[in-house]
Amino acid sequence: MNRLRLWLLAVGGAGLAALLVAACLDLPGFGGSRHPYGDRAVRAALSRHTANTIASVNFDQRAYDTLGEMSILFAAVLGCVVLLREARDEHRARPEPADVARPVRRYALLVLPVALVTGLYVIAHGQLSPGGGFQGGVVAATALHLLYLGADYHALERVRPLGVYETTDALAVSSYLVLGAAGILAGTAFLANTLLPYGTFNTLSSGGTVPLLNAAIGMEVASAVVVLLAHFLDQAVEIEEEHGRGTP
Amino acid sequence: MHVLPYPVAAYIFLTGCYGLATSRNLIHAVGCLAVCQSATYVLLLAVGYRDGGTAPVFSDMKPGSRPLVDPVVQALTLTDVVVGATVTALLLALVLQIAKRHGTVDPDELRELRG
Repeated sequence: MNRLRLWLLAVGGAGLAALLVAACLDLPGFGGSRHPYGDRAVRAALSRHTANTIASVNFDQRAYDTLGEMSILFAAVLGCVVLLREARDEHRARPEPADVARPVRRYALLVLPVALVTGLYVIAHGQLSPGGGFQGGVVAATALHLLYLGADYHALERVRPLGVYETTDALAVSSYLVLGAAGILAGTAFLANTLLPYGTFNTLSSGGTVPLLNAAIGMEVASAVVVLLAHFLDQAVEIEEEHGRGTP
Repeated sequence: MHVLPYPVAAYIFLTGCYGLATSRNLIHAVGCLAVCQSATYVLLLAVGYRDGGTAPVFSDMKPGSRPLVDPVVQALTLTDVVVGATVTALLLALVLQIAKRHGTVDPDELRELRG
């Protein structure tokens, strides 16, 4: 059975490898100078005063795709919340405060504000420098969890009222939609970047709606990561099975 | 002109597939899926590279002063990373439930359906 499976895998893998290599040989050479879409994206970003072309692609030229991406994230968080809820044969136990080594505590609490500010900075400067809502959101959300490393789970739970983050997540998603719909009301199109003046190039307020959509995504990603990690941590730390009726 | 980075992506993808097929542990399988997905990052970024190119960010560079790599594939890679992370989270949540209900994370032992 196992041997058969390996043979099947070897045959299929060899076939796929041959096809992939044949396809690779047919691709345009690595490092070539012909990038028609890239050149046009750069031109469009510059015409809308957005210094970070990738932010312009994500939140202006392909803002509609980012809406889909955000919905995937939202749906995945919703799925995790449903899957990781407290089941009928489980109960919550209060986690014991654990001893934390002094250097760990010191550095975690020292780095926490720095990491949090870095995350917010990366979100705020998404339209200017590398980064943006997705990256900064993850940084800001993980910064909070340094409290779990530096203190204990109870301390983390106090700065992380889960309901607030769940509401923020939903609010951020709807604010993205509202910003898109505002385009329709203003007489252009859904998520078209014509709502606001483009501003001065390379300043915080440049790029029209890009910084606003960026901030909405940053809020959504930060709260989504917090909610996700909270449910996984709950499973690891708090939720226990009832005694006597456990799994085999 | 050469095409070396593209087969690297193919190699990473096949490595992930091998891991998926021979995995004895569902958490390990989720990791293998992430390996498969990272092949697409390599492929996308390789497609967008331009010789001597720099990041398409103009906060400290005059437009037109240097060749740029393709920003479109970079944005696609960002989407890819986000979707990959959400898929991993959802799969890990499923694995957690499987481990609780069946008491095992070996895919070969998960034969019968159980209510």
